This record gives sequence, structure tokens and C-alpha cells, in this order.
Amino acid sequence: MEQLINYILQLADSNLILTQRNAAWCGHGPILEQDIAITNITLDLIGQSRNFYQYAAKLINESTDTKVTEDSLAYLRTEREFKNLLLTEQENGDWAQTIVRQFFYSVYQYFLYEKMQHSRDEQLAGIAAKSLKEVTYHVTWSGEWVIRLGDGTAESKERIEKAIIELWPYTGEMFLPEAYEISMVSAGIAPDITLLKNEWYKKVTDIFEEATISLPKDGFMQTGGKNGVHTEKLGYILSDLQYLQRTYPNATW
Amino acid sequence: MVVENDITIDALWKLLEQVPDPEIPVLSILDLGIVRDVKLQDGQVEIIITPTYSGCPAMDAISMDIRLKLIEHGYKNIKISSVLSPAWTTDWMTEEGKIKLNKYGIAPPKMSGDLSNSTPVCPQCNSADTKLLSQFGSTACKALYQCNDCKEPFDYFKCH
Repeated sequence: MEQLINYILQLADSNLILTQRNAAWCGHGPILEQDIAITNITLDLIGQSRNFYQYAAKLINESTDTKVTEDSLAYLRTEREFKNLLLTEQENGDWAQTIVRQFFYSVYQYFLYEKMQHSRDEQLAGIAAKSLKEVTYHVTWSGEWVIRLGDGTAESKERIEKAIIELWPYTGEMFLPEAYEISMVSAGIAPDITLLKNEWYKKVTDIFEEATISLPKDGFMQTGGKNGVHTEKLGYILSDLQYLQRTYPNATW
Repeated sequence: MVVENDITIDALWKLLEQVPDPEIPVLSILDLGIVRDVKLQDGQVEIIITPTYSGCPAMDAISMDIRLKLIEHGYKNIKISSVLSPAWTTDWMTEEGKIKLNKYGIAPPKMSGDLSNSTPVCPQCNSADTKLLSQFGSTACKALYQCNDCKEPFDYFKCH
């Protein structure tokens, strides 16, 4: 049970942290339509993470003496308890960096949910089938932006190439399973993420080709996020995200 | 006012027809296809709904509106549950709902099996010559288009 809970929290945390990052674009997008687009994507991500947190909270409450809610899981856990992918906590940077981060993550989510909708866990299968429809739009949108920036002006190309180099070391973690993921794969609950790697590479390569940019060479990959070992950036995100509930416990609207 | 032993499933469906979507008030929640089931057991009314989009902020408002509508008509023991599976699709929107949507100025969704590349027809002037402005519109369920003939921008309810 503990491994299933860890697995669900990992899915929820990655979405929540990327939500917090993307939400900072609200009111600052390059043009109104794209400001609306990134915040709409963010709304989908927070909705999906709520579904995962609610499910995790139900399982925790049923299997332990503690009493948690979707809110306490998001607002009252510490940095070392967060299991989000390192990719999702990386800085917004410029628009190119935000786009590349979203594109890498959306393509990963797409293939993950496509398999997870057949999970033996009915709740996870249901969340995945629903989320997949949303993520399909995110892949299209972020892919179009990768092409537009890569095959755009000299400056946009330079910026997106810089963003790719910056974020590339955080992509390997998506396909390296932790112990709790491996046990969920053998239980027929989680898709085998090592098998998603080829599909992910193919989609990314296709879009990059159209964008006239090349894939970086496989290099050193950062890991740890899924086990609670994060880059220094997560602490700053959580201090913003959790400030209100930490300072005024149980505050409500 | 009804008393509990007079409750029928049909009467409940009729009441639900009067609950509008908070963001697109010309549509009832039945037009949208989000009410999955209505159950009656031991005097308890259970309404089962499904979310349109995972993050749709209207869902909480819809649950509240259903509850208020039922309370207004004398029901007391009310349970509203949400199910995710099978996932909601715009194919469940009623034909009547699609007509109302179009009159309201929002182009209705295509059927999910429709793989043609045609853009939606302009709800203002019925021209088929329209273009996509943004895949994401004023709410999670809409995209933004513009008509090349009358030049009006309009919302399109995304096929989902």
C-alpha cells in the first residue's frame, strides 16, 4: 500500500510543482492568447493533481491512523517528502525555457497516461483516460511553439537551443524507475516507464526536426526528485506555495 | 413541495433539466451530458455527475446548484457523487444543446469520430471560412476562432 501511495504522490507532485511554476506566467504571457493558453494548461494540470491527491488521501486515511486531505498533502509536506520530477521544478526562464519544459513533460505525460488508462487500478485508469484528452492538446500546443521558436528568428532559435541544453539533463529521470514504481509495474498498476523512452524520443525528435533543431547527445542525467532529493529550487517554490497554510494554519477563504 | 414517498426518478430528471451550466447558462447540465445517473434508495437521492475537464472550476458550483435546486423542491437527503470513468466526452452533449450553443454564439463541438480538417462554422454568419486563433480560449473547454467573412472572433466548444 505504501508503494502505491508513493507512486500516486509522485504523479500528483510533478503536476502540482509544474502548476506552481506555470501559474507565475498569469498576466505575464507574451500575448494575451498565449497567456490564456499556458494558464489553461495549468488549470488542467492542477485538476489532474487534485484527482491524484484525493485518491492518495483516501488510501492513506484507510491504511493508517493519520488523517490527511488533498490540501494537507499539498501544503504541509516538506521538501524531502515531495517526489516530483526535477524537470518540473526548473525555473521558468524565458518563454523558450517554459515551452521546452512543458513540451518535454507533456509528451512524457501523453505516453504515460496512454498506457495507464489500462491500469488494473480502476481509479488510476479513470484519471489517466480523462487526463489523456487534456494532455493531447498540451502536446500539440507546446510542439507548435517548439517549431515556431526553433524555425523562427536567429534569436528565437538561439534561445530555444539554450533552453534545451539547460533542461536536457532533467529528462533522463522520467524513464528511470524508483523501487516503488518497479513494484507497481509488476502489480499491473503502473506502466513500465523504461518502455516509454523510445516513443518519447521519437516524438521529440520528429518535432525537433520540423523545428530545425537537433537533439542533444545523451549525457549525464540528474536524478533524485522521485525520491525526495531535489535541486535547490524546490525549497523556494514550496516556501511560496505553502506560506499561507504554514503561517496561518487551517486558514480558509 | 413533495413529500419523500412521492419522489420519482422522472421528477428528479425534470428538476435537473432546470439546473444551468454556470459558465454557459443557455445549457442545462443535462444538455452538457454530465449527469450520469440518478438513484433513489431509502429516501436518499443520489445524483452522479462527471467532470468535463479535470480542473473545471464550475464543478463545485454545479454540485452546489444541484443541491440548492433539490432543496428548493423539498428534498432533504441528498448525495452528490462524482465519477471519472468513463471519461466525459462532448459526444454526450444533446443535439438540442448543440443548437442552443450555436444560437448563443459558441460553435458546437464536432463528433469525436469526425476526422475532417474542417474548421467550425461561424455561429454569427454561418460561413465555413474560419481560422483558428488559439487552441485555448476563455475557459478550459473552448478554443478561439475567427470568421474570415464577417471577421467576428468566436468561441468553439472543443471536441473532447
